[in-house]
Amino acid sequence: MTLLRRPFFWIIGAVILTFALAPTYGNNVELRESLLLAAVYITLASNLNMMLGYAGYVNFGGIVFFGLGGYFCVWLMSALGWPLVAATLAGGAAVSALALLFGLGILRLRGAYFALATVGVNQGVMAFVTNFGPWGGATGIYLSPALFKPLGGPAQALWTIYYLLVGVMGLSLYLSYTVKSSKFGLGLLAIGQNEDAASVLGVPAPRYKAAVYSLSAFLPAIAGGLYFFKGAFIQPPDAFDLQLSTEVIVIAMLGGQGTVTGPALGAYLYEELRGWLLTSPTFSNFQLVIAGGLLLAIVLFAPGGLMGLIYRRWPRLRRILE
Amino acid sequence: MIGLLASLLDGILVGAVYGLAAMGITLIWGVMDVINLTHGAMIVAGMFGVYLLAGTLGVPVYATLPIVLVGGFVAGVALYWIAVHRVIGQPPLMSLLSTFSVNLVLIGLGTAVWGTVLFNVQVSLPGLSLGRYTFPGTHLMAAALTGVIGGLLYLFLYRTRTGKAVRAVSGNREAAELVGIPTRRVLALSFGLGVALACVSGMLIATLFPFTVLSGDAYQLKSFVVTVLGGLGNPAGALAAGIALGLLEGLATPFMPVSWTLVIEFVLFVVVLVAFPGGVLGLRRARAH
Repeated sequence: MTLLRRPFFWIIGAVILTFALAPTYGNNVELRESLLLAAVYITLASNLNMMLGYAGYVNFGGIVFFGLGGYFCVWLMSALGWPLVAATLAGGAAVSALALLFGLGILRLRGAYFALATVGVNQGVMAFVTNFGPWGGATGIYLSPALFKPLGGPAQALWTIYYLLVGVMGLSLYLSYTVKSSKFGLGLLAIGQNEDAASVLGVPAPRYKAAVYSLSAFLPAIAGGLYFFKGAFIQPPDAFDLQLSTEVIVIAMLGGQGTVTGPALGAYLYEELRGWLLTSPTFSNFQLVIAGGLLLAIVLFAPGGLMGLIYRRWPRLRRILE
Repeated sequence: MIGLLASLLDGILVGAVYGLAAMGITLIWGVMDVINLTHGAMIVAGMFGVYLLAGTLGVPVYATLPIVLVGGFVAGVALYWIAVHRVIGQPPLMSLLSTFSVNLVLIGLGTAVWGTVLFNVQVSLPGLSLGRYTFPGTHLMAAALTGVIGGLLYLFLYRTRTGKAVRAVSGNREAAELVGIPTRRVLALSFGLGVALACVSGMLIATLFPFTVLSGDAYQLKSFVVTVLGGLGNPAGALAAGIALGLLEGLATPFMPVSWTLVIEFVLFVVVLVAFPGGVLGLRRARAH
């Protein structure tokens, strides 16, 4: 187990433990809700980062995985009576398979074309779901409160969902780390640098791209299932909210695309910033404006994000952090 | 039968305006290999331009066109120097993200000011009757103005010295620089022109349909579909493809709910890109620089 000897493995473990334990002190529900959102952000940003940071493909519609996962899970539970864990896992697998199918089509497109097609995938799926009868069409699906019973009632269920989401977040960080230190990850990074050169050197680019697209769909879909189960309600505009997709890109870029720590750091900071903006009377309407301004500043002046700045200041940290 | 024919003819009129919007994208792409994701926001800016000028200040609706055109051009040149110039020649990721973030800022400001309610611009133009069907005057006027602007753009690109410089930079930036063309100024000019076209098309669309601050996304997607149909960097192709898309919409609307049109257009977008990867070759060319 060389993994256990790497300091970064223990850093991830400490983060998960902090997330799991912090809100249990004094039953701090407010902190739990804030951390829950941070865990969702970290999950989405880490998985997006495998496309954006490693392979260099912008996925503007990454939220489609989250929303579809939510739909599969909520539908399996309400219509077929599946238990939560089975429904989320099935949702994750189904969305991953769908992503592979989409990926084989749209990943033949490069760079900017791919980015545009991902917006189209999200909008297309949203339009499909809006017109799809079995999933409630435009009105969506409501979950009956009875479904919370097997988890020990609504109050206990919220804690269970929180722990599960923290678990998913941990898996995302771990996956992000494992992929980066694998041969597969090296291939992706090579594609990100120069796809033609990578192909010439023997990286099976089409297969790797489809694989990472599908892989980056799995955990967000599970997170989506848990998230929408928690709300007991899902409808197309919430499930396929391009604004959330956008925020996730800002998060990945803010923390530092292509690093494992970056998206997590970015997610935490962004969640803090967002909380502050929402409560500030002056800025509550300007959340998008500030997110956009932040992204522009990063792209123009610090394309490496916060991790890029940190590495430049303390190059030795490269050996510990990923 | 006459209903379908009328729907098709009307599709051509509306499609011409889509073509105008797509010309804006294709011009910028052709000259500097940047996909302008502020396009949707700029279309909306044009819509609100005519709404404010005509609705609040009482300027005649079609007299706002030159004002919107000039305003769009100035905004585009400013945008070039603020957000685009630094990312020219970098990986496509960077220009995508920088224009995308400007789009966020603009849409965010728009929603903060106007919310997401529907607006429309009142125009009274007599229609043209054809049997039982009447073509709205606004549609005819929009198509006619699109023709005029398209013609002027053609004259500019092919008959003026500056226009020829734009085409030279589009063909090969380094070579253009070597023969003494001030490429930076040409890039800024082209970006301004592209944005001006987006604003004008938004202004014309506002006379056809009601709109919200968020309408830009749908028209942006349409513009991209048209752009890839017509071939990237080819303004005349964009106009033809816009008309083709309008025809398709005209053909589809009698048979299916409107909410499906976007899905069909997106599928078309991917199929065209995958089956006729002329565009993808364009990107390879960009990477080889």
